[in-house]
Amino acid sequence: MNIFVLMKRTFDTEEKISISGGKINEDGAEFIINPYDEYAIEEAIQVRDAQGGEVTVITVGSEEAEKQLRTALAMGADKAVLINTEDDLEYSDQFTTAKILAEYLKDKDADLIIGGNVAIDGGSGQVGPRVAELLNIPYVTTITNLEINGSTVTVVRDVEGDSEVIETSLPLLVTAQQGLNEPRYPSLPGIMKAKKKPLDELELDDLDLEEDDVEAKTKTIEIYLPAQKQAGKVLEGELADQVKELVSLLHNEAKVV
Amino acid sequence: MAISTKQELELIRESVKALCTKFPEAYWRETDEKNAYPEEFIQALTKEGWLSVLIPEEYGGAGLGMVEACAILEEINRSGGNSGAGHAQMYTMGAVLRHGSEEQKRRYLPKVASGELRLQAFGITEPTAGSDTTSIETTAELKGDRYIVNGQKIWTSRAEYSDLMLLLARTTPKDQVNKKTDGLSLFLLDMKDQQHNITIRPIDTMINHATTEVFFENVEIPVENLIGVEGKGFRYVLSGMNAERILIASESVGDGYYFVDKSVQYANERVVFNRPIGQNQGVQFPIAQSYMEIEAARLMRDKAAELFDAGENCAAEANMAKYLASEAAWKAANAAMSTYGGYGFATEYNIERKFREARLFIVAPITNNLVVSYVGQHVLGLPRSF
Ligand SMILES: Cc1cc2nc3c(=O)[nH]c(=O)nc-3n(C[C@H](O)[C@H](O)[C@H](O)COP(=O)(O)OP(=O)(O)OC[C@H]3O[C@@H](n4cnc5c(N)ncnc54)[C@H](O)[C@@H]3O)c2cc1C
Repeated sequence: MNIFVLMKRTFDTEEKISISGGKINEDGAEFIINPYDEYAIEEAIQVRDAQGGEVTVITVGSEEAEKQLRTALAMGADKAVLINTEDDLEYSDQFTTAKILAEYLKDKDADLIIGGNVAIDGGSGQVGPRVAELLNIPYVTTITNLEINGSTVTVVRDVEGDSEVIETSLPLLVTAQQGLNEPRYPSLPGIMKAKKKPLDELELDDLDLEEDDVEAKTKTIEIYLPAQKQAGKVLEGELADQVKELVSLLHNEAKVV
Repeated sequence: MAISTKQELELIRESVKALCTKFPEAYWRETDEKNAYPEEFIQALTKEGWLSVLIPEEYGGAGLGMVEACAILEEINRSGGNSGAGHAQMYTMGAVLRHGSEEQKRRYLPKVASGELRLQAFGITEPTAGSDTTSIETTAELKGDRYIVNGQKIWTSRAEYSDLMLLLARTTPKDQVNKKTDGLSLFLLDMKDQQHNITIRPIDTMINHATTEVFFENVEIPVENLIGVEGKGFRYVLSGMNAERILIASESVGDGYYFVDKSVQYANERVVFNRPIGQNQGVQFPIAQSYMEIEAARLMRDKAAELFDAGENCAAEANMAKYLASEAAWKAANAAMSTYGGYGFATEYNIERKFREARLFIVAPITNNLVVSYVGQHVLGLPRSF
């Protein structure tokens, strides 16, 4: 089975994030594999171990993502591909990333493509479905279980806490939801083996893409941190008066009803 | 030996950290309380290859160096754990690797690497010979094709959790050798095979370290388990000590960071007189001072480890790293105890456990007085005191 994992390097949102000059400050930030992509890597390794084949992890980004790719190799992926857009693109969005990934994948005869359900930084959840659309293959998002029987695939999908069971077929793209598996961390032999595994680097040129082909469809106007939480207001007095006051505040102050 | 890039070293640290999150402080508190061997932790470490980091690839290990081994132990201790339960599996095999025959290496190292055999008991210290190693009285006498061992060791840690023991014994009486360092020999003792001639008695101590007294009564060791040349064992022990000291220094560095991490967190959170206690310089300064000393000790540890990996003489640096790191960690332990006030004494907060554990490295595997005398006499050329 020919398996591809779409992986993103993101900053760790559990660490403190700061903004300067309209951009997220990369200096103090910690960078990690997008946690949902860790599920994707783990699932890919498990499928390969059960069915045979090969796992290739791909990322679109800069040289710095090499560390996360090496981590994926140390976890057990077989190959890694970095599509380095650092010199070519100043601004990109989900369309850009999806277009590049699809261009890379179109002649790879992928049986299974696994991505994370969302990246915890942008949180759009668009890249996976867009890639599937461009490749013209079926996709299922937010999956919590995957079973492959020949070319029949049974997927359990998380729908806002409920489960939906879907039967589909290969080739297929799925995106991983929390609960799909428990991602492993690298062992020492895994790290040693990763030293010898191939990590290829490509640029847009290698995919016969021009900057215009992948030009972002959206523009980011502003990035800001969530507003500091204001001190709350505790209403006092008779219950009936409190309700009246609350309704009037919702009307006049908060203007939500 | 393979050398890791900065990125790979980071990956090693992060992977060890991830493993340690599966063994949180509650786990260590419980094993400490029950005086139990942290078997599950050691198995996880073994299974994921961390304890065979120093064994060459051809014998089934990772074939990495001291720099990587240091990172592993440091992260374990920084997480609140205690590497002491497994550190010796990493380095005791060094005697076999450096001085053993090819046959011994093939016979033992792959099994040590896989964890099938535990070689993590090191019998040197005796009741009447602590710091003064050459005065040991345990004897090994050659009879036919075996050595017969009689005597007693003390403070032999992990003897109950090891298959093999690296044993130092006298093969020629002290009064019949030219130099007191001659006539000592190093053996690989199969304790499981000889269990009927060995008595192991656990010693109750203030830390959970599985340390014991071991009695030998006509214990048999086949000649093929003598390491190197008979009578030269002391030299082999000395050559392994640099590795041990650098690794112990790393555990202390990890302990030191643990105390600083914890102190900073607590000093920021605990509010007394309407302000975080960390705002008081009386609380803040000892933490900052400890941090500086740990950073400095870490630099010496790094230097020693790099020299070791380059195959250069690192005895002075290894000793100094062990001294500086253990003293810095102890200072940090006290800063943490002060920062936590009364809560430092409550087992629930873990500080008192780590405090007890951090104290060991000022005494073992060699006391800091002896390190200082080494530096005075061997590094600075001052007169010998003993
Ligand atoms: C928990 C624990 C685990 C251990 N594990 C092992 C193990 O696995 N294997 C093993 O072989 N040993 C082990 N040891 C033993 C350890 O290596 C010794 O305790 C240590 O070397 C000191 O020896 P001693 O206890 O006999 O102290 P002593 O030699 O009696 O020294 C007592 C004190 O006198 C000081 N002193 C002695 N001579 C001098 C001098 N000339 N100048 C200045 N000061 C001096 C020492 O510094 C020390 O402070 C362990 C010890 C402990 C506590």
